[in-house]
Amino acid sequence: MIRLAWRQFRTEAVVAVVGLVVVAIVLGATGPHLVHVFRTAPSQLTNTYRTLQGAAAVLVLVAPAILGIFFGAPLVARELETGTFRLAWTQSVSRRSWVVVKFALVGLVTSGVAGGLSLMVAWWANPINIVNADRFSPANFGMFGVVPFGYALFAFALGATAGLVFGRTLPAMATTLVGYVAARLAVTYWIRPHFEAPLRLSLPLSKLSGLGFTRSPSGPVTIGAIPPNIPNAWALSASIVDDAGHAPTARYLARVCPTLAGGPGSGAVGVTRSGPAPGGGIQTCIARIATKFHAVVTYQPASRYWPFQAYETALFAVVALALAALSVWWVRHRLV
Amino acid sequence: MTSAIDTQGLTKRYGRRSALSGCTLSIPAGKVVGLVGPNGAGKTTLLHLAVGLLEPSAGRIEVLGHRPAESSEQLARVGFVAQNTPLYASMTVGDHLRLGGWVNPTWDEDLALERVEHLGLDVSQKAGTLSGGQRAQLALTLAVAKRPELLVLDEPVASLDPLARREFLQSLMSIVAEHGVSVILSSHLVSDLERVCDYLVVLVASRVLVAGEIEELLASHHRLTGPRRDGLHLPPDWEIIEETVTERQCALLVRHESPVHDPAWTVEQLDLEDLVLAYMGREATDGHKQGRTLVGAHS
Repeated sequence: MIRLAWRQFRTEAVVAVVGLVVVAIVLGATGPHLVHVFRTAPSQLTNTYRTLQGAAAVLVLVAPAILGIFFGAPLVARELETGTFRLAWTQSVSRRSWVVVKFALVGLVTSGVAGGLSLMVAWWANPINIVNADRFSPANFGMFGVVPFGYALFAFALGATAGLVFGRTLPAMATTLVGYVAARLAVTYWIRPHFEAPLRLSLPLSKLSGLGFTRSPSGPVTIGAIPPNIPNAWALSASIVDDAGHAPTARYLARVCPTLAGGPGSGAVGVTRSGPAPGGGIQTCIARIATKFHAVVTYQPASRYWPFQAYETALFAVVALALAALSVWWVRHRLV
Repeated sequence: MTSAIDTQGLTKRYGRRSALSGCTLSIPAGKVVGLVGPNGAGKTTLLHLAVGLLEPSAGRIEVLGHRPAESSEQLARVGFVAQNTPLYASMTVGDHLRLGGWVNPTWDEDLALERVEHLGLDVSQKAGTLSGGQRAQLALTLAVAKRPELLVLDEPVASLDPLARREFLQSLMSIVAEHGVSVILSSHLVSDLERVCDYLVVLVASRVLVAGEIEELLASHHRLTGPRRDGLHLPPDWEIIEETVTERQCALLVRHESPVHDPAWTVEQLDLEDLVLAYMGREATDGHKQGRTLVGAHS
C-alpha cells in the first residue's frame, strides 16, 4: 500500500523537491553575502536583497497553505470524483489502511517540505534575525523554528479531510485556504499570548517606544503607550497607570495638557523617540504626566521562545491528528 | 456448497430514499450469473453491498459465506469491476499491473502480463488514453489477476460498442473456462447476458422476480396460442406470466412443470429476452400479486 500511495504522490513530491532545490540554490548563492554584510556593515542588512527577503518571507508564510491546497485537498477528493476509490477499496487492502497510509505518507512529506523550506530560510536570514532581534514578533514567530512543520501538517490534514468529507476537490481547496488563514490568525492573536501568563514590567514613561494622544472632535483626550523594544521578546501591551493602578482621567489630561485639549479639530498626536520632534507643549505635558504615572508592559520574554514554539507545534499537530482520525472514521462509517 | 451471494431482507437507505429494500436472494457459486433489471432496480447497490463498498442499513448479506470486506482475505476473494471501469488516468497500463501486485497478496503477475499481451495493450500507454473497450479489459485484468473466487462486474459492457462488447464477453468466458471462477455480472440488456450466463436473476424494485438456470427457465416457459375459450381449466402447476386475449384468440406466456398436452394450444419457444420482459411487464402492471389466473379459469 505504501508503494501505491507513493506512486500516486510521486509527481507532486518531485515537483516539491525541485522547488526546494531551486530555493536552496538561490539562498545558497546569496547567503554568504548576507554574512559578509553582517560582519562589515550590519546596519545595511535590512537593505540587502530586500526583494529576496520579502519573497522568502512570503514563501515560508504561504507554503503550508499551498501544500495543503495542492497535496491535501485532492488526496481523497480526486479518487471520489473520478470513481477510482471503487477500484482502490476493492483491492486486498482495508480502506482503513488505505487512508492511514495515504495520510501518513503525504502528510509527512508535506510537513518536511514546509519545514525544510523554513529551515533553509532561517539559515539564510540568520544575520538579519540577529540584528533585528524580533523573532518572537507575530510576523516572525510563524516563519522560523519548528512551527512550520506543525502548520504544514495541519494544513495538509485540513485539506485532505475536507476533500474526503465534501467529496470534491475545489471546495476542499477553498476550505483549506480559509481554514488555514483563520487558524493561524486565531492562534497568533487569541491563543499564543496565553500559552503562559505574560510577565509584567513597570517602566518610567521615558523608556517606552512612544506615547500617543487621541482626541475625538468633542470628546475627551486619551493617552496610549507603545511598548518598548525588548530584544527577541514579544511585547503584548503597554498601559499608563499611577501607583494605585488607575489610568489618567480625561479631566487630568485636559488639565496638564491644555494645548491638546484646547487644540482645533480632532486627531491623534504621536510622540515617538525616533519620530519627528513634537511640539514643546506636548513634551512639557508628558513630563508632567511622568511625575505621577508610569508604564506597565506585558510581554513574553525571549526565554519562552522555544517553549512557545513547542506548544504551538503540538497544538497544530494534535489538531492535524484529530482531523486524520476523523477521516479514518469517515471513510469507514460514512462512505458506506 | 456455499452461495456466492446470500441476502436476507437486505436494505440500503440514503436518508429517506431506499436504494434497495428487503432484498432476499441466494445466488449459487460456480455459475456465471446474470443480474438483470431495469435502471433503479437496485443492481448497483446490491453489487456494491456485495463487495463491501456499501454497508447495509438493515438485513444481512454474505458473500462466499463471509461478511463483505470483513478482512483483507475476504477482499482478496472477490474481484470487482465497477461501472464505467474507473482507472487512474495518469498511470500507465504497466503501473496498473504493478499496483495490482502491491495491494494484492494473491496477485498472479504472469496471468496479468499474459492477458495484457494477448489483448495487445501497450504497457507504457496511459490509462486515460485507452479506448472504452481497452479500459474495460484492463479493469477486468486487474480484477482477474487477484485470482478471486468470485468476480463481480457492474454493467461492464454498458458503454462499449458492439465489437468491444463481444470481445469483452469472450474474454470473460475464457477466464471462466480457465479459472473456474464464479461470476456475477449485471446488465440491463438481456442479450449480453444470454451469451455468457448460465444462471439468471431478475431484480425489479429490490425484489427477485425470477432466479434460475437459464436452460431450465427456457424449458419451463412457453408461449401458448389458441382460440379463446371461456371456462378454461389450466393445470394447477401452471403460472400465467402474461396473457393477451383478443376476440378470437388467446395468447399466454406460462411457467409450467408438466408438459403441454392440449392440442388446441400452439406451443412456441421463448427467448430469454421475451421471458425477462414478460416478468418485468407483469411486475409493472400488477404490483405484487402472485400466482394469478386467467379470467374465468378456475373459481
